Amino acid sequence: MSGVRVLVGTRKGAFVLSADGRRGEWHVDGPFLPGWEVFHVKGSPVAPERIWAAQWTGWFGQVIQRSEDGGRTWEPVGNDFAYEGEPGTRVDFENHSQPFSFAKVWHLEPSPDDPEVVFAGVEDAALFRSGDGGATWSELAGLRTHHTAAGWGPGAGGLCLHTILLEAGAPERILVAISAAGVFASDDAGSTWRAANRGLRSGELPNPDPEAGHCVHHVTRHPSRPDTLFMQKHWDVLRSDDRAESWREVSGNLPSDFGFPIEVHPHEPETIYVVPITSDEHHFPPDGRLRVYRSRSGGGVWEPLEQGLPQANCYVNVLRDAMSTDSLEPAGIYFGTTGGQVYASPDAGDSWAPIVRDLPAVLSVEVQTLP
Amino acid sequence: MSGEARVDPPGGGSGTRDQEAAGSGVLTIRVALPGHLRQLAGVAGEVSLAWEGSDAPTYGGVVDAVEARFPALRGTIRDPATGRRRPFVRFFAAGEDFSNDGMTAPLPPAVVSGAEVLRVVGAMAGG
Repeated sequence: MSGVRVLVGTRKGAFVLSADGRRGEWHVDGPFLPGWEVFHVKGSPVAPERIWAAQWTGWFGQVIQRSEDGGRTWEPVGNDFAYEGEPGTRVDFENHSQPFSFAKVWHLEPSPDDPEVVFAGVEDAALFRSGDGGATWSELAGLRTHHTAAGWGPGAGGLCLHTILLEAGAPERILVAISAAGVFASDDAGSTWRAANRGLRSGELPNPDPEAGHCVHHVTRHPSRPDTLFMQKHWDVLRSDDRAESWREVSGNLPSDFGFPIEVHPHEPETIYVVPITSDEHHFPPDGRLRVYRSRSGGGVWEPLEQGLPQANCYVNVLRDAMSTDSLEPAGIYFGTTGGQVYASPDAGDSWAPIVRDLPAVLSVEVQTLP
Repeated sequence: MSGEARVDPPGGGSGTRDQEAAGSGVLTIRVALPGHLRQLAGVAGEVSLAWEGSDAPTYGGVVDAVEARFPALRGTIRDPATGRRRPFVRFFAAGEDFSNDGMTAPLPPAVVSGAEVLRVVGAMAGG
């Protein structure tokens, strides 16, 4: 029988949650890498026993770990993320120029084609690629040297490259998102980049629609429709149907324009999920009720999903990389909270139950569907 | 400068090795790593570095030797981009803080002699 493996990164280590295809009984392994912040854990789509983890502390910096046995054991690999050439400058919160300086890895994106290739999105915003399974890393410096980069500034979490979208069979096409710079697209495997933010509006900024300078929280898409993108921005949910040449708002009837994750149903390219959060000031669910919102029309019209989720006195957050899906039928949807719960829905969001309730704050959730 | 690191067996002292080192003209530098780095390096106890060469051992030389013996620790004690000690990492010996001596400074004589251990400490910060 097929199975599911949920890879969870938390403030104090990584956890692996596994179940068979019924997704009713779960086995919890961990903590792995205990005591370290694990920002992201993700497996290779073509070699699922191979998993990478981005492990960090404020004391000892960045470590990258790799598992070859589905997360049971881990070995450190390369952690030298050196900017290519002169690092250049970006701006800080006071709009003063500061040199780009590596802080940590936010996101690891394994290639959908090659188990030796993995990308890393880092703070201060840059994109790195490894072609040897993570042993060595090289920067794709055309992004950090984009003509807008000197004006990039951090979001509240830092100037982080947090989203990397790759296409199976088309390694030349890469999309990334940076907070708070926006979306950038490459058609030449990362050598050159274009800003892809037309249609984004950040109405509380002095210049509401700059070429770059938008606080994009997360971007996703269905693999069968690589040109259709869905975005949760600091303000608004948006979609693009022309591979980020232009964007339009599809927030519709959502109770809040703020949130972090956005995901697509694995079998229905127009069904998407978000977790609305009350404003950029509060960072907790509206009315103390944790609700996932689902749109079956690619945005615009949304329905709340609350069965099994706490509907009173709930003030957790769900971070940008903390939602994922399996590819079973019916589809499973998963998310983790800053309160340490990981919720699973084995029926595409209609009902939910916690897999675990008391982990450290969850930073990331990725799901592998196993044969 | 050169240094070769080896690991003490759990609970092992350094006296025997110090005597061997003295007899062969090789210094033995004892280093205590913080828990997170012991976990990463896969060691349980104190680390001993057999120090060869004519140069006096320095903090930077000790970090070089630790990283050579334990590649998983590369970049964890000092920032690989700047070569500077990470801000929340401190160097102590015999109860004294030597963190601000700089990476090129010589180690305290008591550490060089093997009488004292060089303690790499994660500063108390955060929660």
